[in-house]
Amino acid sequence: MAEAPNIPDELEVRAKWGDFKFTPANEKLAKWQIAKYPEGRQKSAVMALLDLAQRQVGADTETQGWLPVPVIEYVAAYLDMPYMRAYEVATFYTMYNLAPVGRFHVQVCGTTPCMLRGSDDVMAACKNKGMAKGKTTPDGLFTLTEVECMGNCSNAPMVQINDDNYEDLDYDIMTRILEDLADGKEIPVGSQIGRKTSEPEGGPVILKDMVKANHDYRKEW
Amino acid sequence: MAFDFLQDKDRIFTNVYGFQSWDLKAAQKRGDWDNTADIIKRGNDKIIEEMKASGLRGRGGAGFPTGLKWSFMPKESPDGRPSFLVINADESEPGSCKDREILRNDPHKLIEGALIAGFAMRARAAYIYIRGEYIMEAKVMEAAVKEAYDAGLIGKNAAKSGYDFDVFIHRGAGAYICGEETAMIESLEGKKGQPRLKPPFPAGAGLYGCPTTVNNVESIAVVPTILRRGASWFASFGRENNHGTKLFQVSGHVEKPAVFEEAMSIPFKDMIEKHCGGITGGWDNLLAVIPGGSSVPLVPAHEIMDAPMDFDGLSALKSGLGTAAVIVMDKSTDIVRAISRLSYFYKHESCGQCTPCREGTGWMWRVMERLRDGDATIEEIDTLHEVTKQVEGHTICALGDAAAWPIQGLIRHFRPELERRIRENAGAEPVMEAAE
Repeated sequence: MAEAPNIPDELEVRAKWGDFKFTPANEKLAKWQIAKYPEGRQKSAVMALLDLAQRQVGADTETQGWLPVPVIEYVAAYLDMPYMRAYEVATFYTMYNLAPVGRFHVQVCGTTPCMLRGSDDVMAACKNKGMAKGKTTPDGLFTLTEVECMGNCSNAPMVQINDDNYEDLDYDIMTRILEDLADGKEIPVGSQIGRKTSEPEGGPVILKDMVKANHDYRKEW
Repeated sequence: MAFDFLQDKDRIFTNVYGFQSWDLKAAQKRGDWDNTADIIKRGNDKIIEEMKASGLRGRGGAGFPTGLKWSFMPKESPDGRPSFLVINADESEPGSCKDREILRNDPHKLIEGALIAGFAMRARAAYIYIRGEYIMEAKVMEAAVKEAYDAGLIGKNAAKSGYDFDVFIHRGAGAYICGEETAMIESLEGKKGQPRLKPPFPAGAGLYGCPTTVNNVESIAVVPTILRRGASWFASFGRENNHGTKLFQVSGHVEKPAVFEEAMSIPFKDMIEKHCGGITGGWDNLLAVIPGGSSVPLVPAHEIMDAPMDFDGLSALKSGLGTAAVIVMDKSTDIVRAISRLSYFYKHESCGQCTPCREGTGWMWRVMERLRDGDATIEEIDTLHEVTKQVEGHTICALGDAAAWPIQGLIRHFRPELERRIRENAGAEPVMEAAE
């Protein structure tokens, strides 16, 4: 279980987020999520709605977003479930931020497959830019978190920054990514060394016919 | 005898690297959704029989025969409860990254498989539970599901088969434990992902108390191709009891880490040479391999070299195939740190429900951290081993076992290294190792 976050002062939070409501666009998305589940099982949509709410808070604050208590209360009421049940969900899953984060949430994977390929260097690149684990930089730009396996192991080491994955990193590439983000530059997502996805570096050794054309192998069955 | 490598024409996931589009039109050109109604018209029992004959064992780690699992579902509902198929796309096992390629590059194989599998087990809908961190992958899946609905391939009279079937995407939010089938069901119901006691098994009372089968993404996505090409085609790969093709994922100290589909039972050395360009620093530099994702014990270099990569071959080495996530470690690796980092992972991911796991994972990690520097006594290695045995098998789900096994593997194969660190830290004379 993750370390307890510093949940901000409730009175201040209430003053700011007390009248939180989904925007019309998000209201539509929320209804669509709820409709995925059988009648009376709307509670199943709590994860999706918390995510939606966090994104809306993010859009309002120009960050990745977080979940102030009144927002969790709103989602719970929206789904007609006790607040505590929604709060439990918000605290159980790591992707819900219980405290504000920066503009870019830098989530460096540190689990063994990434560790073996140099996640220490990726972490060092972040620290040399003034970041500290679990903290937001004073300019509000970056929050650094070490996360557990993100499932990009054949493209290790990797980092997820807000919604985007950057893979096949090293110290220099990570430094450049952080600088480009701070400068507001567009960065291509995925592999940073020219791999399409998880084929071996330098090009695939299998399924070469697929590189240039949508080959139909059925003729060879 | 040289190993017969899998040929491209026999690969199921031809777009695994995403060089071509994932969309419906492109997928149909590759053979997906080709007269799916014909397969469904064979009938529930015929499909299940064919799946049993193919020898497909679950691709999520445990290796339970897929066809047999489906046959546990009730043939009719005496009380009107519907049945559900839940597809486990919560790929979070360190080392595993295969389902991701299916989700983002070949989503229609999964949706078509969901329809056929759902029909075979008489389910009315499938929920695909995608881990929260797979954000782009979930977007592709949502778009692919929409395409399939718009084309009439799922929904009412799915693919003109006369069968009504829905497919829904449910996104997780960051919890390894939700990959456990009953935790996944809890999470789908909008709760914390804490595993349930079994029995009742999901096939009796699962999602919303209804009969449910939970299958891995790969197990479902291979179904349409197996049924098109026949059980005997699939069973022609791999050794007895370990048939089929499999997505392998290699990470760590190889020249070129990659994901690729190969025939089961491929010898480790051949696999690494062909697909990953060898071990960094050559074969003499190989230290150990975790062959099936973080939960299985490591295997030292000399044992793994010629081992067949399949369920039985690796369990003979007291390890396992797991998800076929191969983590390779060369001699530059601090092996104690590598395993200790896994202990931290399990401490982080324990759901906190059972005391042996909640307390044990943290305790084991703290001892492992001390062992890294040798800040312990020799007896503590035995105490640690004993504690792993007390955690193993004493929890509701297998996370406790998964936390215990990597440490047991380390002690089994690298005890001299642990002792060396302890002696060195104590300031004793470095002990000469006996020449082998």
